Amino acid sequence: MRRIVFLIVILAVGLAVDNPYRLQLLTIVGVNTMLTLGLNMLMGYAGQISLGHAAFYGIGAYTTAILTTHAQWPPLLALPAAVLLTAVVALVVGFPTLKLTGYYLGMGTLGFGMIVYILLREWSAVTGGASGLVGIPPLAVGGFTIRPGRDYFYLVWLMVMLLFIICERVVDSRVGRALRAIHDSEKAAAAMGIDTIRAKVSVFVLSAVFAALAGFLYAHLISFISPGSFDFMMSIRLVTMVVIGGMASIWGAVLGAFILTLLPEWLHVFADYEVIIYGSILMTVMIFLPQGLTRGVLDIYERSRHKFNSARSAASQG
Amino acid sequence: MAESSKAPHGAMLRIRNLKCYYGRIQAINGVSLSVRSGEIVTLIGANGAGKSTLMQAICGLLSQWEGEIRFRDKPLRGKKAPEIVREGVSLVPEGRWIFPPLSVMDNLRLGAYTRKARSERKSVAEDVEAMLELFPVLRERARQAAGTLSGGEQQMLAIGRALMSRPRLLLLDEPSMGLAPLMVRKILDTLAELREKGLTILLVEQNARAALQTADRGYVLENGRIVLDGPAADLLADQEVKRAYLGKDYREFTEGRV
Ligand SMILES: Nc1ncnc2c1ncn2[C@@H]1O[C@H](COP(=O)(O)OP(=O)(O)OP(=O)(O)O)[C@@H](O)[C@H]1O
Ligand SMILES: [Mg+2]
Repeated sequence: MRRIVFLIVILAVGLAVDNPYRLQLLTIVGVNTMLTLGLNMLMGYAGQISLGHAAFYGIGAYTTAILTTHAQWPPLLALPAAVLLTAVVALVVGFPTLKLTGYYLGMGTLGFGMIVYILLREWSAVTGGASGLVGIPPLAVGGFTIRPGRDYFYLVWLMVMLLFIICERVVDSRVGRALRAIHDSEKAAAAMGIDTIRAKVSVFVLSAVFAALAGFLYAHLISFISPGSFDFMMSIRLVTMVVIGGMASIWGAVLGAFILTLLPEWLHVFADYEVIIYGSILMTVMIFLPQGLTRGVLDIYERSRHKFNSARSAASQG
Repeated sequence: MAESSKAPHGAMLRIRNLKCYYGRIQAINGVSLSVRSGEIVTLIGANGAGKSTLMQAICGLLSQWEGEIRFRDKPLRGKKAPEIVREGVSLVPEGRWIFPPLSVMDNLRLGAYTRKARSERKSVAEDVEAMLELFPVLRERARQAAGTLSGGEQQMLAIGRALMSRPRLLLLDEPSMGLAPLMVRKILDTLAELREKGLTILLVEQNARAALQTADRGYVLENGRIVLDGPAADLLADQEVKRAYLGKDYREFTEGRV
């Protein structure tokens, strides 16, 4: 049911919006939603923080950009390459990093994000250095070109929908339960016979693959990429989107991506004070609503409803 | 529960000269014990004697140990928790370790995590039903977050969850902790019932009298060593055990010793 509503909303928005700038912005909201959905599986459900998620986004985007410009591969061939490479990197990075917990995991992923960013910026011969790569071809599927605009908007949002369904499936499965158990207590999860490292690495790879897909779609949408889109700030932005949406809430992920993509576009002050604003959001949510914004607000709602109900029943008895 | 009745009537669990370490601290100093198929064996001892350490070593939750642990004649050395659960050992940990934010139902299902084959799906669902049958309070609270249960209910959940992996050997670490005497009785009666159905049980308890009344045999652990063992009835009658673990002067005794 919710899926159908979602589909209708996508169709309606696509039909209603004509302005190419707005369509592009909404397409980027979709790309960010894909990133947030993946990170939410890792952070929200499994409880593992990643402060370097933009790196996977970057690896996905740069792999397809390099292959389609330097090597002239068709984008459709570059897609599996981008996804595969990102998955392998996530696997290699994930095993040692996910043995860490808490601050150390944050540090580890932060370091990884920095390394990838520096690599993208300094390896000029391949990545184009600080000025980036231009002339990334548009997506073409069997002679049919999906140009930025309405078609691309639909493509991205249908992918979002697909990832959405994958997330829902995973969350409701045996593996999803295991992730939530790990979030709560790794030791208790291990006592259940859950291979915690393996489960954490799996969800890490899953979230990286989502990011690679987002990177691929972003590169062919914008046709020009530079390291700045995949820096530490982007990782923080992603974490903030997940936190705003309320950890462990798939719909919340969409909300977070929406707010944090559109706000800076509309409010220019936002762009100037981005770091401060993200910092304050993260701090506020962590201190006052550690369950995340949506969950926290829901809890407050539940509590007040409870109070209201008991007050009412007391009144009716009196 | 398990088909342990078919197993040879030898030792299901055999531990020889076990030594456990936390870094350089040695918590178990050469313990040997065995649990035969179909038995309830209890391990009693004061705080810090090393009971929980021993349980965790068996379950693969403790990496640093020497000696030998054999389960159904297979050595458990080097095996991690998931493999040991699949072999048929399940732990009800001290402090229960339930997952408070998850529903009672999800907690139970997590107990069956290692039974992942598609063909098991139906039998897992049947076992969930059996647990709700065994502990009717859990059925009433099935969709509630496990953290909202009372202590006794949480303990039942922890036991039900441990049974979901269809263990041959159930390890319980102080299941009576913090429970009223009536609830302790109920849980120990449940264990006796489960044994009738073929489950083998190793029970760690501070509540020595209740444990020895339920068990067939017992071991007394002190400072990482077994100081006494024998049939439960003998231990109940033993002067030393009476003085140390059953008598009124239990507290004085342990304080004098620490
Ligand atoms: N994680 C740990 N790190 C270091 N030492 C530990 C650790 N856990 C337990 N110990 C030590 O090992 C010894 C045995 O502890 P253990 O928890 O096995 O005792 P216990 O018999 O279960 O006690 P209780 O009845 O209080 O549960 C104690 O001296 C304790 O201080
Ligand atoms: Mg203990």
